[in-house]
Amino acid sequence: MVKAVKKTPAKKTAAKKTAAKKPATRKAAAKKAASAKPAIKRSTSLSTIGRAVYIVDGARTPMIKAGNKAGPFTPVDLAVEAGRPLLARQPFDPREIDDVILGLVNVHPDEVNPGRVAALRLGCGSEVPGWTVQRNCASGQQSIDTAWKYIAAGNADLILAGGAEALSHAPLLFTQKAAGWFGQFMTAKTTGQKLAAIKNFRPNMLQPSIGLLRGLTDPVVKVNMGVTAEILAHRFNISRTDADAYSVRSHDRLAAAHNNGHLEEMHAIIDRNGKLYDHDDGVRPGNTVENLAKLRPAFEKPYGKVTAGNSSQITDGASWTILASQDAVDKYGLKPMARIVDCDWSSLDPSVMGLGPALASARLLTRHGLKQKDVGAWEINEAFAAQVLSCLKAWTQKDFCQNILGLDEPFGELDQDILNIDGGAISLGHPVGTSGNRITLHAIHAARRLNSQLAVASECIGGGMGGAMLLEIM
Amino acid sequence: MRQINQPRLDALAELTVSDLAMPVAAETQPDGLSTYKHWRLVMDTDNILWLLLDKQNDSTNTLAEAVLRELNDVLDEARTIAPKALVLRSAKQAGFVAGAEISEFVDMTDEKILRDQLTDALTILDKLEKFPVPSIALIHKYCLGGGLELALACQYRIATPDTKFGFPEVLLGLHPGLAGVWRSLRVMDPLNAMTLMLTGKNLIAKKAKIQGLVDLVTEERHFADAVRAVANGKLKKSDRKGIKGKVLNFGPARSLLAGQMEKQTAAKAKKQHYPAPFALIDIWRENGDDVKKMRKAETDSFVKLMVGDTSKNLVRAFFLREKLKAYAKGTQHDIKHVHVIGAGVMGGDIAAWSALRGFNVTLQDREIKYIAPAIKRANDLFKRRIYSEGERRAANDRLIPDVKGDGIAKADLIIEVVPENPDIKAAVYKDCEQRMKPDAILATNTSSILLETLTGTLKNPKRFCGIHFFNPVAKMPLVEIITHDKLDEKTKDRVLGFVNAIDKLPLPVKSAPGFLVNRALTPYMVEAFLAYSEGVKPEVIDKVMEDFGMPMGPIELADTVGLDVGLHVAKVLRRDLERETPEVPDWLEKLVEKGDLGKKSGKGIYKWLKGKPQKAKTDDQPPHDLTDRLVLPLLNAVADCMAEDLIEDTMAADAGMIFGTGFAPFTGGPINYAQKRGVDEIVAKLKALEEKHGPRFAVSKGWDKLK
Repeated sequence: MVKAVKKTPAKKTAAKKTAAKKPATRKAAAKKAASAKPAIKRSTSLSTIGRAVYIVDGARTPMIKAGNKAGPFTPVDLAVEAGRPLLARQPFDPREIDDVILGLVNVHPDEVNPGRVAALRLGCGSEVPGWTVQRNCASGQQSIDTAWKYIAAGNADLILAGGAEALSHAPLLFTQKAAGWFGQFMTAKTTGQKLAAIKNFRPNMLQPSIGLLRGLTDPVVKVNMGVTAEILAHRFNISRTDADAYSVRSHDRLAAAHNNGHLEEMHAIIDRNGKLYDHDDGVRPGNTVENLAKLRPAFEKPYGKVTAGNSSQITDGASWTILASQDAVDKYGLKPMARIVDCDWSSLDPSVMGLGPALASARLLTRHGLKQKDVGAWEINEAFAAQVLSCLKAWTQKDFCQNILGLDEPFGELDQDILNIDGGAISLGHPVGTSGNRITLHAIHAARRLNSQLAVASECIGGGMGGAMLLEIM
Repeated sequence: MRQINQPRLDALAELTVSDLAMPVAAETQPDGLSTYKHWRLVMDTDNILWLLLDKQNDSTNTLAEAVLRELNDVLDEARTIAPKALVLRSAKQAGFVAGAEISEFVDMTDEKILRDQLTDALTILDKLEKFPVPSIALIHKYCLGGGLELALACQYRIATPDTKFGFPEVLLGLHPGLAGVWRSLRVMDPLNAMTLMLTGKNLIAKKAKIQGLVDLVTEERHFADAVRAVANGKLKKSDRKGIKGKVLNFGPARSLLAGQMEKQTAAKAKKQHYPAPFALIDIWRENGDDVKKMRKAETDSFVKLMVGDTSKNLVRAFFLREKLKAYAKGTQHDIKHVHVIGAGVMGGDIAAWSALRGFNVTLQDREIKYIAPAIKRANDLFKRRIYSEGERRAANDRLIPDVKGDGIAKADLIIEVVPENPDIKAAVYKDCEQRMKPDAILATNTSSILLETLTGTLKNPKRFCGIHFFNPVAKMPLVEIITHDKLDEKTKDRVLGFVNAIDKLPLPVKSAPGFLVNRALTPYMVEAFLAYSEGVKPEVIDKVMEDFGMPMGPIELADTVGLDVGLHVAKVLRRDLERETPEVPDWLEKLVEKGDLGKKSGKGIYKWLKGKPQKAKTDDQPPHDLTDRLVLPLLNAVADCMAEDLIEDTMAADAGMIFGTGFAPFTGGPINYAQKRGVDEIVAKLKALEEKHGPRFAVSKGWDKLK
């Protein structure tokens, strides 16, 4: 069940408390009554704990569709491709960076602790540490959150925070049984032992399980990510046509962004065979609702509403942001793009994880005394069209907003012309470790074009969470 | 923000360097241990005597006569000490032993003296081989030629994984002469041994172990334990030769294989120009089953080769190479980051080569799609030249596509490789001068524009010069460094240092039309075109020059370079040189207009298939003066360069022509060839050709000084 932030029980217990102890004076009584409000009180100004921390630059690779075989780039290859031109244009030497944090879910066995491997390959030198964070679909935003908190606390001044993923390299895994057999065979010393081991072999041990599929199935509720979208589509009455129309728009917006040069943070990359990747190649401009209607449901046949066409694509890609303190900005003459105001991680039942952004963004704004309309640029990761639309619809529903978000009024109807204006994961893919970083960086560019002083980047997280980051555009 | 603390970084790097394994000296050393100039004897705590070679006044160990003579005394003394085992290793960080001291026998003409010296040296190595207790060679970094022969005289060979083994003697017109032939055949199967000696190529330690040349490959940190293992009889020598090796040594098999080796060698080098590899094959074919006979044959053959012309001239070429390398001695180039502008065939390959050699490179072009093919070619190069996948990937990481030119602000050296148009270049320089670091160097790869034309628009010509690479960059060792009178000495030194650091041979040339190489090659190629116009078949023209000793004939060269490039350079030189240069024939203009540019477009004068020119068989005899008609204009052009004082000296000019054009190395270079043939004869021939064919053969003023 969705854990609710209920106001009334808190009031009740607070009232009980005040009833138990007889207040000595009327002033004290008034104070006690005041303390019956929600436990955590935040200031209403856009102040943040600790030093100011800025995103001063960022870059990403194109998102490349994962084909049938391993793509030409490993996760760290992509991180290096994303980082090289970014670092090349900075006024500081990469060896002056304090820390390198990379979000990445499917770590390649040859690249253990990919954050460090990437740091070394990017020329940060042996003295700059590097590490890796994982919060499933928000790993790329987790790295920014962590970097922000380090700098805000004064432990660092300049951090490279990114996200990378190469789902095309997700491993084929052998079952436990097969792995056990192999271990027995390798440790068998005598011929007799080896023959005995061979006898225990079963053909079905050759059947690998696809790591990717296992990763996309929630281990607690045993529900596939796509199914969580089906659950929400039903609850919030999102039709197949709604989802398909949203998806068509995602592709159209991305195509327009490519054509109009609105993806400034993306730079082309070249693989070692000389092949050029210069755009997010999942894009299908000119796709129509009629075409998408022909697709069969991907997760719950035959009546499901979620198809491959209205779900995020499986792609490889990487992204980096550079975070700096005021001291670093002054020392190197950096140009802040945005200040990180706050970040929220909200949790809910895994089977409806798609609502994560609805919770996290609302909580984030509310504690700063902000309303939905105060933010003029939004990025909500498009894990599934039905999932995004469910969040938007939930925000218009009084019960949901009262019972779950603790708001007296509905959060609001979000203007979709300020949401994912240059497309999203449906058209350009969702490399799991990267998306959180990509949408945070792009939110800044979108806010600049929309002339908005504030931006929010938010994503749902497999396992039942939502993350949201609030940025003040400089 | 971290402070880059260079001393601390250096200290951290020091931690990773492994010191050479040295003996733990016994408290009491043997009585009356002599002191030697080049050797040091140390008895260790396990009663093993270490012979440490540290050649005086030299950064590398070579098998000089003095070193060998001392070794003789060292071995005698070691005999009296009677240790449990003998260890032979180099005390120099640079490596084990690089070979014989070439300068010692470069002027030898007396066969008898040479034979006596060789015999003495062989006796000393025999003494080492017959030492009564196990002898162990500890080898690191390189073990080449005479050094390998020294190691082969030891019973055991232990090497670090990065050691390179080789017999480079063939590159000097020789083959091993200190028993390397039969001692390598003793431990390796004949195919492997012969390949090593015939190609002169290096063998990495791991492969050397598989082939039987080395007994154990391990890191320096385990050398002490390995030595103890040998001394205690724990290290087994495996027979790598095996059954196959023994079979291949039987007479009939040898004959067959030797025939095949001859065929393969002949495809690469003509016997009359390069006798050494064929002599080696003969030694094996005739004496492969008799060690005594092989020893004598090796010495006889070696002596004969050494006093011959080819070897003398190849040794000269070796010294010419050293001369060019010496231009960079002692210079700190301080270059880490190179920015290349222009990702075409030359620009892309210059960038790839620099990344291969460890530099960080940003590669710029108008759009990224023009950079993509360069990345592919770079990775093909890395695959060919780099052994490990991790290193290949690291090289690719160092080569960064840079459309916006962000590298300009960070580079220490900027090389411009844009089209041969002064206006385009001027625009590039303007942009660079605005953004580049104050102490960075700006260079151009121009082949046909005078530097003075380009310096006109520069704010700071002091740090501008020409760095002229040749095509293909990976193969051609020469790089012309074009100087002008406003060039700063420090910049010139840094550039020489850089070119040396990327393993190329720098040749300083003053700015003048065609510099050296193009100025010399163009009249040679144009003469070939004229002969073709007169009806001589291109196959015939090419054959006379291959017979002369050029790696390829002038028509094939023109097609390879590109007829458009050749045409352009010919026109520029005709315009800018004082010497009367003939007009380029019409048919050439027409071919270029049509798009038949040569190898790169699949058709030029020849048709090209899979990178090879399709030559027809012909019995036509060349006109009798064709060779001179083609070669003398080249010699004349070089003489012109000397007359105009463009190059420091004749050795440098010869070096430039050998390493920039492949001019028959066994001739010792064009000027050497002319002087050996007789300058007077050359002058007379030129006059005769001038009478017959025209003023383009006018005798150069430079010949006077070259007599």
